[in-house]
Amino acid sequence: MLDYALTFAITCFAVALLLNMWRLATAPTIPDRILAVDTMVVNVIALIVLYSVLTGKELNFEAAMLFSMTGFMSTVAFCKYLLRRGIIE
Amino acid sequence: MIRKLFPHPYLSATLVLTWCALMNSFGAGALMLGGILAVIIPLLTAPYWPEHPALRHPLRLFFYVLLVVWDVIVSSVDVAAIILFKPAAKIRSAWICVPIDLPSPEAQALLAGTITMTPGTLTADFAADGKSLLIHSLHAPDPDAVRDQIKTRYEARLKRIFA
Amino acid sequence: MNMAIEIFVSALLVIGGAFGLIGSYGLLKLREPMQRLHAPTKATTIGVGSALIASSLDTLLISGHATWQELMVSVFLFITAPLSALYLAKSHIVETVDRSILPPTATEAPWAELRRAPKDVPSEQMRVE
Repeated sequence: MLDYALTFAITCFAVALLLNMWRLATAPTIPDRILAVDTMVVNVIALIVLYSVLTGKELNFEAAMLFSMTGFMSTVAFCKYLLRRGIIE
Repeated sequence: MIRKLFPHPYLSATLVLTWCALMNSFGAGALMLGGILAVIIPLLTAPYWPEHPALRHPLRLFFYVLLVVWDVIVSSVDVAAIILFKPAAKIRSAWICVPIDLPSPEAQALLAGTITMTPGTLTADFAADGKSLLIHSLHAPDPDAVRDQIKTRYEARLKRIFA
Repeated sequence: MNMAIEIFVSALLVIGGAFGLIGSYGLLKLREPMQRLHAPTKATTIGVGSALIASSLDTLLISGHATWQELMVSVFLFITAPLSALYLAKSHIVETVDRSILPPTATEAPWAELRRAPKDVPSEQMRVE
């Protein structure tokens, strides 16, 4: 039962990642693209974690943590650039 | 002396707990390294956080967090239902201005974060003097009800916590 | 006991996957730029959160002791989601939103993002059609 649920969840997040890539390619405005990248980051974190459940190893936690940090930082940096035309104040 | 070593006691406690959770062990080694970090990091960042927020009721803050977590779950179901079942033309979005009266920047930031994570609302901006928040609501047929709910459900509780 | 945890973990996984998919679908479906901000901040965050908790409980099921690291990742995501949403909303206000529909503030002070002088780059150049 756990295997079926795991397959379902991985499929869902993979499809969500594809939808995000479609959004990234067709977004009407720049903030929409940043939002698409931000959502992609969150979905990739879910995929990393679910993959480590699938293989039964605990190695991937650091990858998820670092990815969430860099994703957040890049979102804020992109937005800061749009707002101020510079990242460091 | 103790005040100088720990300018922000709650920050230090959070740092120890976070470090132990990251190491996934509550043994002596992790606790000791966490303790060192809990002294160094608040001292290094103290110039950027000069004021000491008055947290009168830590227990109430805990219950507030539980309430917010519950509301996050409810709000996600709400938003998911709107996305799935409401035709795009029927969604009534609204900009709402919520006047707030909270004593400290910490409380204002907490309220703004709470609003973003709870039912169909999102903090978009705040006034230059910090006395009002600009809220965007995904589906609000009655904007006044949203404003009243924010004021009674969250702001009143935060006021009591940071009184 | 193990059976109960297994059912709970499976339910969390299914719910998490569904919410993640709904969040990304909302990104495509909703019409206005500001509406699109709502989908990922709430649906995707709760989806990833339940996937992380499921992973933590799965370790408990296999090895008998829980891991706290997944909890830390989900706490981190919960703290950062409002911040990235705030910054994205601010850039929407500056770039795409019609400023005349914004309500006035309660006091005389203006909204923080509109207080600055107009930028040297006109916002039409920032649009991508």
